[in-house]
Order: sequence, then structure tokens, then C-alpha cells
Amino acid sequence: MSEPVQRIKAPVRLGYQVVAGRDLSRFLAGIAEGRFLGKRCPSCHKVYVPPRGACPACGALLTEEVSVADRGTLTTFCVVNVPVEGRAMKLPYVYGSVLLDGADIPFAHLIQGLPVEEVRMGLRVRAEWAAALLPTMETILCFLPTGEPDAPFHTYQEHL
Amino acid sequence: MLRPLTRDVAIVSFAEMPAVRREWERDEVEMLVPVITEAIEGSGIGRKEIGFTVSGSSDFLTGRPFSFVIALDAVGAWPPIEESHVEMDGAFALYEAWVRLQHGDIDTALVYAFGRSSLGEVRDVLAMQLDPYYVAPLWPDSISLAALQARALLDSGRATEHAMAEIAARSRSRARSNPNAQVAGAFDVDALLAEPYLVSPLRRHDCPPISDGACAMVLVAGDRARRAKTQLAWIRGIDHRIEPHALGARDLTRSPSTALAAERAGVSAGAVDVAEIHAPFTHQEIILRDALGLGPDVDVNPSGGALAANPLMVAGLTRVGAAARKIMDGSARRAVAHATSGPCLQQNLVAVLAAEPEAVR
Amino acid sequence: MNRCAVIGIGQTKHASKRDDVSLAGLVREAAGRALEDAGLRYADIDAVVLGKAPDMFEGVMMPELYLADALGAAGKPMLRVHTAGSVGGSTAIVAAGLVRSGVHRRVLTVAFEKQSESDAMWALSPRYPFQPPLLAGAGGYFAPLIRAYIRRSGAPAEVGMQVAVKDRRHALANPYAHLHLADISLEAVRASPMLWDPIRYLETCPSSDGACAMVLADEDAAARAPAPPAWVRATAMRSEPTMFAGRDQVNPRAGRDCAAELYRQAGITDPRREIDVAEIYVPFSWFEPMWMENLGFSPENEGWKMTVEGVTALGGALPVNPSGGVLSTNPIGASGMLRFAEAALQVRGRAGAHQVEGARVALGHAYGGGSQFFAMWIVGSERP
Repeated sequence: MSEPVQRIKAPVRLGYQVVAGRDLSRFLAGIAEGRFLGKRCPSCHKVYVPPRGACPACGALLTEEVSVADRGTLTTFCVVNVPVEGRAMKLPYVYGSVLLDGADIPFAHLIQGLPVEEVRMGLRVRAEWAAALLPTMETILCFLPTGEPDAPFHTYQEHL
Repeated sequence: MLRPLTRDVAIVSFAEMPAVRREWERDEVEMLVPVITEAIEGSGIGRKEIGFTVSGSSDFLTGRPFSFVIALDAVGAWPPIEESHVEMDGAFALYEAWVRLQHGDIDTALVYAFGRSSLGEVRDVLAMQLDPYYVAPLWPDSISLAALQARALLDSGRATEHAMAEIAARSRSRARSNPNAQVAGAFDVDALLAEPYLVSPLRRHDCPPISDGACAMVLVAGDRARRAKTQLAWIRGIDHRIEPHALGARDLTRSPSTALAAERAGVSAGAVDVAEIHAPFTHQEIILRDALGLGPDVDVNPSGGALAANPLMVAGLTRVGAAARKIMDGSARRAVAHATSGPCLQQNLVAVLAAEPEAVR
Repeated sequence: MNRCAVIGIGQTKHASKRDDVSLAGLVREAAGRALEDAGLRYADIDAVVLGKAPDMFEGVMMPELYLADALGAAGKPMLRVHTAGSVGGSTAIVAAGLVRSGVHRRVLTVAFEKQSESDAMWALSPRYPFQPPLLAGAGGYFAPLIRAYIRRSGAPAEVGMQVAVKDRRHALANPYAHLHLADISLEAVRASPMLWDPIRYLETCPSSDGACAMVLADEDAAARAPAPPAWVRATAMRSEPTMFAGRDQVNPRAGRDCAAELYRQAGITDPRREIDVAEIYVPFSWFEPMWMENLGFSPENEGWKMTVEGVTALGGALPVNPSGGVLSTNPIGASGMLRFAEAALQVRGRAGAHQVEGARVALGHAYGGGSQFFAMWIVGSERP
């Protein structure tokens, strides 16, 4: 008499279409032109990068397109020592929030180009673009320090 | 001493996105903003006044965990709101809102639902609802399970393929006057019956379309409702029940949970003018009509029902909305709305709507 | 509103892998204990409210359908709530709402997660097109917020580690807790690998299989219950958007508003003095001082002092997470309900070795998403 079955493996494979949506599609089209395009809320006038259909605070469709700089201030960050599935990242690496000049919410991405211990809040950074500009998030490789003096705390403390 | 339920709750507005085979241009937020905006504007209640917000949707349908969180951006949840979510059809979110309004401290609620069946292979996605150890690994798809039920019903003698085809033709014909329906047209019953089986004994016309959609509804309660200037659809009763999951443990030709929910909701307390029944498959309308105890004069699914548009997680709430519209536009005095969840009608909700609230106590 | 009481509480032995039970077996272990505690059977229950986090954690879509049989729900109403990490708490609130509204008299509420059956790490941060796929788990999301808190408050670096030690020591007195780290110490925590700076491995919650259940009842049923009930004095839920311009994610307004509404309902004006014990959702150690401030137990930027001064340890003036909390046990969908249930256990005097002496008023707290969904309740030993 064999052992009772205690565990079974039931593999699941389901394929899904992923839809970017109109606003994100427009944002990615901007990326393919080497630009960061945000949108402004008609109600609270804040600029969202990337825009996601509506102003989350107001529930209003975002209307006005706004070009923002591809440089900004690192507001906060963490140093990651845990491997990410499916990505060959050299550990440790820094993941942070960049407040692009002209935007009102931070944009999350990799911070590289300096030793991990030197990464700090207020660091001024700019996007490093892939050689081939495509309408994908991967076209932005990471953010690198610009060399400018650090931004003062008060310029970004509201965005923490 | 327990205080029994007294608070009258009514539907003051309902808005829906026209159901489509594929909404691959807009994301959930872009789908929901116009629908929520229309429902709120139609209610005459300010967005920031809404006391409670609750939604229905499914991660597995979207192919993404926490998918309801993204949709919250369509609501404008600032300043912070009291908000909840059920991973079920929006009809059950409506139920949660109705219970919440019974507490008496708030008077208004927003209920919304969204779902895109086009994103995955929906027949297979629904197999994930099944017992994960004994049934799901066999991948019985949703159409095949419905076909099992249809076969049982035909064998019982309480239905014929002809009757099923008539339901299909009638539903799609009624859908012609519903701008939000997806499948509408004049179909000849004999021509339908000449079509081959899709999964015997179901033919293509016996099955629902694959749909993407969204809808929203505003509820108002108590004195606030009584002061409304427009015709409301008063919720006179609402109840839901679930049956055992194991398909072999149930008589698939009957819907006792629908019958029980109908009894608790008070369906038989008065004449029913209109019934919006959430029957994705033609044979299910026969089972549900019987369980709801509806007579032959009831106008069933003037919207076309789920056979005309079936966005999962939305279609049940849409039945309530469609029934409410009939009350709100004055064409019905009393209506029944039904929603279902799970394989072969495992779980069912019934609501009774009327043009008047309960008599003054 | 009608009064509502917790008359039965049950939970499973939480572990990284409960492969001695199926999903049905897991929930029945908790539900059966809750019913036994209440002196009731499944047939006595009017409705079932189930809660859990994303379905991908187990790979079962809408598991209330499959679990209807196991939870005695046939012929009854059954709902399934999903509000991300706060779900265990919001589920209890929905269940309590059914009793308070007079719709039902006795409601069974169950929350669970059996993360070992699927891949929770993947499900928490799946590779999704159109986004930079950089996050490595929830820690990657919260670590930057914690860094911001440390900067804002000037808290000493040890505070997080102190919370980690305290909660694991509490767990040693809780037989159900997942982690029983008898050798836990500041040195051990400091020496553990830094995962997402500033969060170390031993400052992080485990991934657990587990379930929690409660029987909620009206006052007539509570009067007949075999053990003292915990009376629900207040419940509140608040949500805010994930990301919007100017959002304070460190001290979110939704949490502050939720607590304010909670205290207003309960008639509490000085939470620090009037609440005897708090079970709050701390998945990463630094959330204890952050939530102390968010909940109004301490002024802004001073929550860390409560930890440092020993206020939040068992024996202190306001013990926090005497059960060991989320840092010791984390079946994600159940964690919120465990907080609510442990708060109720305290005021019923049934928390055994981790009982806070004389606890009469307790707070249960849960949060989820990007610190955006909050569910809280206050329970008390006195009938309101």
C-alpha cells in the first residue's frame, strides 16, 4: 500500500493582455522621443508623471499635457540586497524616488553611477536613456548624479 | 432588545459603459471615470459628500494582484474616504453598501464594478474558481460546465433546445433598444437551431459574449432619500445565498439558493412587472425564472441580459441597474433583479425594487 | 445600531508551510476553534464573511466558492472581502456591520492565507509591462518611507531593532505564533543581513500559512455565550489614493482620520491613557513608532520614544503587539484579523501567557496597500 498523497503540483499557465491605457501610452510615446510627458489636473493643477488616467485626488480626467525635465531630485530611496526575480541585478543596488523638475509626484527608478554608500536624499540626478529610444519603460536605464549641489531639504520634504 | 431593520435605501442613479468585446485602449481608471462621474452627477449628490464607497472586481480576471487598488484613482479618494471592496460581482458590493447604510450614520453610497473578460482566456480563467485539489487540475472550462447543467436540464424534461434558442433570440432582440448592449439583432430561432453545437448541448447562441465593461450606482437612504425630487428605485428587499461547491452535491437543474434569496427578499409580496435575471446561458434563465417564482406576464431582461453583454464582475450589478432604470423612468412599479456567482449558479443574489418605499411605520 | 460582541475566537498554529492541511482544513481549524469557544455549531451561524488578500497567493480564484462547503455556508449568505493588507480587519468590520445593522444575529468571519501553495513573493511584485520592475517585495516599497521617517524624526538607528526583539520575545509566550526565536537579541538583529536598507532580515515579517476566525453575535446571543464577550465599541475604515501630489506616506492622513473617527465613536479623548493594549499591523519594525504617531498615541516625530522607553513592551504602560504581531506571524490575509482577534482576546482575559493584566479596552489595527487602506476597531470588556 503506497503512502497517502500529501501534496500535488498543479501548474497554472494563464496568458493576459496588458493594456497601458491612453495616458500611459502617450507617456511612452514621449519616452520614444526622449521626453518625459506629464499631465496636469484641471482641478488641483498638479502635474503627474507618468499620468494614469485621472487625478487620484480629484477623480478628474487629466487634461493638459506638460513636458517636464529629465532631471530632478532624489527624495528618498532604499538599498536593495534581495535578488529580483527575472532580473540579473548586481547586488546591492539603489531604488529611489526622483522628483523630476516640473512634476508634482516622484518617479521611482534605479539610481546608479555612484557608490551605494554615497546615495543620499537630495541628490540631483538625471535620466540615462538607452541608445535606442523605444516606447517602453526600459528606455530609461536608470538615473545618474548630475554633479549639481544637493537640493535643500525644504525643496522636496513635502514629497516624502 | 434587537432593533429590526427600518432604514429605506434607494438607487438614485446608475451609469454603465457600453459593453465591448475588447477595451484595449483605455485602462480601468479611464473606463471608470466617465461612469462614476455620470452616476455622481446624476445623483445630485456632491462627490465629496458620498458616505461610503465600495467596488467589485477580480484580480484573476485582470491578471494582476491588487487590481482594485489601481481603480481607486477613478474615485478621487481625497480627503480620505470610507471605502471597501469585495472580490466578487458588484452586486455583492451593492449588498455591502446596503448593509452599511442600515447603520444610520451616513446617507449615501457609491458602488462600482469593472471587469475585462478580454484580457485573459476567460473560459480557462474561470476554471481557477474550482476546487484546487480535485477539480481545477482537470481544467474544466466554464462553457463545458454550463453544458453539463444544460444537459441535465434537458434530460429532466423541463427545457428544450428550442426554448433555449427562443431565449437567445428574444434577449438579443430586446438588446436592440439598449445602447450599452454588445450583441443585439433579430435572430430566427430555426436558423439558430441549425447551427452546430459549441459544446453539446450548447450552441454559440446559448452562451454569453465575452465582454469588457464597467458600471456605477449611487444609493441614498432614509430622509435624504425621501427628500429626493426624482423617481428613485427603492430597495424593498435584498438577500443572497450560496450552495455547496461540489457540482455532484447539487441538483444542477434547480437553484434553491435563488429561491431562498427570493423568499427572503420578498419577491412574492407583490406583482412583478420586470425582472432582470443574470443568466449568462440560455438554459439558466429557465432555471432561475422557476426559482424566482415569476409568472408568465413578467417582462424578463428588457436590457437583453447577460446574453447581450456579460462583463464579468459587472453583469450582476448591471442587472440591478437595469431594473432600477425601469422604476426610475416610470415604466415599472415593482422589479426583481438577480445576480449570480460561481460555476453553474452556485451563489445567487436577489433584490426587489419598487417605485415606493415601505409604508410609513 | 445594535450592539455586537465577539463571543468566539480561533486561530491556527501559524507556520511557513502547513502541509498537514488543505485550504479547507486550514480555515476549518480556525473556524472550528472559534465555534467551540462560542459554544456553537456551524448550523447556528447565520452568515459567513471571508477575507483574504490576492487570490494569486494560493492560485484559487474567489475561494469563497470552494470554501462554502468547508465553512458550513450552504444555504447562507457568504461574502468575500479583499482590501489588500488591511483585509483581515475590514472583513471583521463587514461582519460586525451585519450584526450591528440587525441583518444577522451570529456571523462567522474567517481570514486566511496559505502562501506556501503559490508564490507570494511573485504575487506581491509581478513583472508587469509598462513599469520599471525593480521592487523586490513589499520591503522595497516601504524601506524608502522608513528612511524618510528616520530623517524626519531624528530617531536613533536602534529603534527598529528594538521593536524586532520586543515583538519576537512576546511571541515566545504565544503558542500559535509562527516565529519562536528563543535566541532573539539586538546583536542577532544587527548582524542579520540588510535586505532593503534600512530594513534588516530580522526586522522583517515572515511569510506564513495561517487562519483566524471569530464569531460575532448580537447581545442576546452574547448573553448566552459560555465565556465573557468582547464588545465592539467602535469600527472605522479609511482609504486614500496610492500616489498623489503631496501625499504623506509616512504619517498618512487616512490612518489619522480613521483613528480619529474610531476614538470619536468609542468616546475616547486620551487614547494613550484610555487604551490598555494595542495590536497593530507592524510588518517591518519601524512601523511601530510610525503608527504610534499616526494613531495619536504620541506626538509627531516622537513615537520612537515609546519604544526606547519600554512603554510598548509587555509590562509597559501601553503594550503593543503582546501576541508577537505581524513580525512574528504573517499570513497576509489573516494578519489584520489576528490583530482584531488578539485585541478581543485581551479584553476577554483569555490571552494566556501574553495577557496584559487588567486589559479592558483594546485597539485592533490593520493597514494595507501603499499605507493607504486602514481598518481599526476598539473592543472592550464592558457592554456599551
